[in-house]
Amino acid sequence: MKFSVSLGDEGSSFHCGEQQNLLEGMQTFQVGVPLLKLIPVGCRGGGCGVCRIRILSGEFETKKMSRKHVSDQEQAEGVALACRVYPRSDLCIELLSSAENDNNHSERESL
Amino acid sequence: MRKGVMRPGHVQIRVMDIEEAVIHYRDRLGLIDVGRDAQGRAYLKGWTEVDRFSVVLREADEPGMDFMGFKVVSSEVLEQRKQDLLRYGCQVEVIPAGELDGCGERVRFDSPTGHYFELYAEKEQTGKWGVSENNPEAWPEDLKGMRANRFDHCLLYGDDIDGTAELLQSVLGFQVSEQVVDREAGELCVASFLACSMKAHDVALVRYPAKGKFHHASFYLDTWGDVLRAADLISMHDIALDIGPTRHGLTHGQTIYFFDPSGNRNEVFTGGDYTYPDHPVVIWDAHQLGKAIFYHDRELNENFLNVVT
Repeated sequence: MKFSVSLGDEGSSFHCGEQQNLLEGMQTFQVGVPLLKLIPVGCRGGGCGVCRIRILSGEFETKKMSRKHVSDQEQAEGVALACRVYPRSDLCIELLSSAENDNNHSERESL
Repeated sequence: MRKGVMRPGHVQIRVMDIEEAVIHYRDRLGLIDVGRDAQGRAYLKGWTEVDRFSVVLREADEPGMDFMGFKVVSSEVLEQRKQDLLRYGCQVEVIPAGELDGCGERVRFDSPTGHYFELYAEKEQTGKWGVSENNPEAWPEDLKGMRANRFDHCLLYGDDIDGTAELLQSVLGFQVSEQVVDREAGELCVASFLACSMKAHDVALVRYPAKGKFHHASFYLDTWGDVLRAADLISMHDIALDIGPTRHGLTHGQTIYFFDPSGNRNEVFTGGDYTYPDHPVVIWDAHQLGKAIFYHDRELNENFLNVVT
């Protein structure tokens, strides 16, 4: 099953299978379609925060993401790392800067 | 001047799923699994390492590095360096023996870049894995994955790299082997590679706006062929590749970079330069940074420069 993922204002979109995370969907080859670089690609493990997005509408599941980049509250508000998001319906998303650029989470984890 | 600090001895890395991480470090990198402790931390080592462990994985909500430890030559040196660190103004914490399984007392201290380092003198010595100390064969036959030899170094990102480099040199006897200098920004040091041994580096620091960032932990392989074989394994197991196989300008090592399942970067590499105490510092100009980092592409790579945990 494939779903459509569209980026808020820019009118760009791509298809993403339910077994694919959004970055894998974005990077899937399609004949005659340029390779999309809509979402920045980083570590692809939910660690670096480069692919931080907000899901504005639609159903999805996530795998574990670094709390440094997505707090509990943010996650509840639809913030996620695209490399850990699996669509369950068509999605509408917007790009966010990584959390540290917003200076929300500058504290080091204590040992 | 050396001050009895021998080598990188361990690194504790935070991972978001301990089981996934153990599969990666044991079966893909080919580290030897030496067990878990009561807290659930996983202990591993490269097969050539004589001490019980060198990599500790701790499950946490965010990836990154907890601390990097260096082994010193004796308990007397450990006590002397502790006093030196206190005099230097570091926050020093003594971690009792046994907090890491098989490791003696550790002296943990903070640094101007926000990284925690440790010194220790004693760790249970279990010998190289799979070969005898008497008439040893060349290598054990049942190694897995990339067959990483040893944990070699870390590259750390932080703001005050001048401060951390000064601490490592003046208190712990490290030597700067190579630097990247931006002459157009008032001789600003962009990167500093430091050795406590005759390796090209035992720890490296790169200037970055945030404190305490982890760029990668690196593991040594025998040959360039092994680096290419690692690249094959990265594809076979669909591991997130960062860049390589290629050669660095800095240290001239032959290398490939990839990510663990929590987004911590790993390097496996071979070759590279060496550092004797009388060697002058090798300087790279910041405007040649592309070539300094990736000797073949000579292009700066946004991810390599900015993706950290």
